[in-house]
Amino acid sequence: MKRYRTHLLLCTGTACVSNNAFNIKKSLEIEIKKHNLENEVLIVPTGCNGFCERGPILVVQPDGIFYQQLKESDIPYLVEEHFLKGRPVKKLMYTPSKGEEVIPKMMDIEFFKHQILIALRNRGRIDPEEIEEYIANDGYQSMGKALFEMTPEEIINEVKISGLRGRGGAGFPTGRKWELCRASKGDVKYIICNADEGDPGAYMDRSILEADPHSVIEGMVIGAKAIGAHKGFVYVRDEYPLALKRISIAVEKAKDYGLLGEDILGSGFDFDLKIVRGGGAFVCGEETALMQSIEGKVGRPTPRPPYPAQKGLWGKPTNINNVETWANIPVIIARGGDWFSRIGTETSKGTKVFSLVGKVNNTGLVEVPMGITLREIIYNIGGGIPNGKKFKAVQTGGPSGGCIPEELIDLPVDYEQLTKAGAIMGSGGLIVMDEDTCMVDVAKYFVSFLEDESCGKCVPCRSGIRRMREILTRITQGKGKEGDIELLEELAETIKKASLCGLGQTAPNPVLSTIRYFRDEYEAHIKKKRCPALVCKDLIIYRIIPEKCTGCRRCVQVCPTGAITGPKAQPHNLDASKCIKCGACYEVCRFDAIAGDAIYME
Amino acid sequence: MVNITIDGRKISVSEDLTILEAARENGIQIPTLCYNEALKPYGACRICLVELVSENGSKLVPSCTFPVSEGIVVRTDSEEVIKTRKMVLELLLADCPGSKVIKELAEEYGVKKSRFEEEDNNCILCGLCVRACDEIVGARAIHFVDRGYKMEVKPPFLTATVNCIKCGTCTTVCPTGAIKLDELSGISVMHQWSDKFSERRCNVCGSFHFSPGF
Ligand SMILES: Cc1cc2nc3c(=O)[nH]c(=O)nc-3n(C[C@H](O)[C@H](O)[C@H](O)COP(=O)(O)O)c2cc1C
Ligand code: SF4
Ligand code: SF4
Ligand code: FES
Repeated sequence: MKRYRTHLLLCTGTACVSNNAFNIKKSLEIEIKKHNLENEVLIVPTGCNGFCERGPILVVQPDGIFYQQLKESDIPYLVEEHFLKGRPVKKLMYTPSKGEEVIPKMMDIEFFKHQILIALRNRGRIDPEEIEEYIANDGYQSMGKALFEMTPEEIINEVKISGLRGRGGAGFPTGRKWELCRASKGDVKYIICNADEGDPGAYMDRSILEADPHSVIEGMVIGAKAIGAHKGFVYVRDEYPLALKRISIAVEKAKDYGLLGEDILGSGFDFDLKIVRGGGAFVCGEETALMQSIEGKVGRPTPRPPYPAQKGLWGKPTNINNVETWANIPVIIARGGDWFSRIGTETSKGTKVFSLVGKVNNTGLVEVPMGITLREIIYNIGGGIPNGKKFKAVQTGGPSGGCIPEELIDLPVDYEQLTKAGAIMGSGGLIVMDEDTCMVDVAKYFVSFLEDESCGKCVPCRSGIRRMREILTRITQGKGKEGDIELLEELAETIKKASLCGLGQTAPNPVLSTIRYFRDEYEAHIKKKRCPALVCKDLIIYRIIPEKCTGCRRCVQVCPTGAITGPKAQPHNLDASKCIKCGACYEVCRFDAIAGDAIYME
Repeated sequence: MVNITIDGRKISVSEDLTILEAARENGIQIPTLCYNEALKPYGACRICLVELVSENGSKLVPSCTFPVSEGIVVRTDSEEVIKTRKMVLELLLADCPGSKVIKELAEEYGVKKSRFEEEDNNCILCGLCVRACDEIVGARAIHFVDRGYKMEVKPPFLTATVNCIKCGTCTTVCPTGAIKLDELSGISVMHQWSDKFSERRCNVCGSFHFSPGF
């Protein structure tokens, strides 16, 4: 291989691509050519770095300089200064916030410093479309080891020792799942990679497929040997064009290299992998619905038992795992289950990828060891809450997760601890909320999502979630009644216990957890018709404080209904009958002259 | 054969039965709505839930789909079961206030009025009609369309269905009378989707069957 002085790792994940990464790549190529640096500097398009809000991102190796928020127009200067004259360009580097010192190196940035990369080990390091780069980074060595040196039982045992649990939601021990499927009678068995990822705001699976598709393929071949399957499917969400493209390229290349197909590397083991495009609905990620969908039917869950390991795809024993679960496998085989099990807590081993979003300074995708506290994730990696606001709660686990309040912010993150707190690990969504959030409104938001996504098959989910939403809506409109909280709790219990699949069984979490930790907010809405966070529109009224209003007319310009009038430099007038309570004036006023008051309706 | 306990009674049953079948064989009543002996179990109405008792936490399972196995202990009338069944009935009662079966079953469990807003549906989406049309008739003339609370039974693409052979099986299996079939001088109207049919002679067997009027 040719040796280059410098590698430019340009992020071409979905977010950076939509921020013009491909044009930046073109510019880089032109400028590098212009300065005759083609033999010294190599551009490597990589998968997502996780720090998407700072994209497009360029990491310069070997020194690890981190350039961010690049524009095409920055490139000529950057190439000339840094790569020709050797003077790194400070103004394109990262500063935590205005006025602070720049941090030139990637690994000195708080966002990256606390992460441990296992599932995302190759993110931002290799070109996902080049199989050689994966191989050059020890790729497919674990597969070789599994095919030539290990028996299926030994593979399963290693995975059991590692303590790896499913990363798709339920956290079932992976080794045990493989063992069950291996033990099932039948000549034909299937394995599936679940890349449906329907949780809004979660994109860890997409990111793995985009940044390191071969890690999933390698994990699946190892699993296939352990289970005794010769055919596998990767079920990819249809809205993920880049992930689909990269996994498809990876499968083709792997076939060309004899790493998939018949008699893999001459080991005598056959394994064929097919890519299936998802059916679109959130519920299609549920394993039984997903299998229906692969069979060409409508993706609607079916009762378990029979479990997929007994009767799955086309009635055959089937093992289904999440993308992140599969991506962990090669590392476990390479470094041993013992090594893996040393990371994490008593019951939850290894790392977990979270998508950190909401009211937090650094949003993005982070891989952290199990057992890390929520505080460390939100304050160290996430850099705290923006605009000096107070932290209120963090919602974990996607739409059917729960809200964890400030008093539990030192909770170590693992499956059991989250469940005990009324939340779930889910697929790893973390939505941070600040003091301006109304918890009843939050519960309503998630429940509405689940109401729309319920497949409609079973009564408790279809009808029960809908009724919960009706009650929540009523409460946020100031029409809540005495007994509503208890009715919600009663409904929640039935929906949890009586629903057919995981969607219904977890759907009450947002309601129950907000009632558990923020009951006073529910009561304020119901009894006093007051929304303490000033979010519920029907419960607030906007007015102008004449003593503070300077008459700057900023609010007049933003008000969509013309409810605010008044001559320049004189206190304005807000006509409440025209106000649609959008809050635009409140947001825009620089003199705190607009008050959003809680109104008492009665 | 396996040995199981239902409501304290020890019984021995064939291992390929579901809990529901085992119970009925032994004269133990469990209510059902989406179950029909002639069709594959579906597990959607959740009326047949029973408690599977176990040392490390009991759980509710649908008896119509859950297979028996050696040593299981089942309660069909525990407090948990009754409470859940009542709530499911209360939900159904609000969704389909006009349905006689639901009203009667709800009354049996002491649910007289629902605390939720009434709708004017009749279909409980049990899927019996859709499954009968598929599994027994083989015509696959009707399907579920949409999802969640918007789900409905309709012919494919919501147009007059060419697959329907007008056998009326759907109307027979429907527990709520949501599908009606009126016969008006040889032309019939299926109420749910206003399709027109008339009797026509089959070229093969020679007898007359209902078929869509093209
Ligand atoms: C409504 C619903 C949606 C789900 N969506 C996904 C998904 O998008 N991706 C996923 O891996 N698992 C999803 N799951 C979990 C799967 O059913 C299944 O447990 C998982 O794929 C198993 O893999 P694991 O053991 O590796 O976690 C979903 C479950 C439910 C109930
Ligand atoms: S719980 Fe909801 S999503 Fe799952 S089968 Fe029932 S209706 Fe469908
Ligand atoms: S029409 Fe009748 S049989 Fe068909 S789903 Fe509705 S209630 Fe069930
Ligand atoms: S009869 Fe069992 S779920 Fe309907």
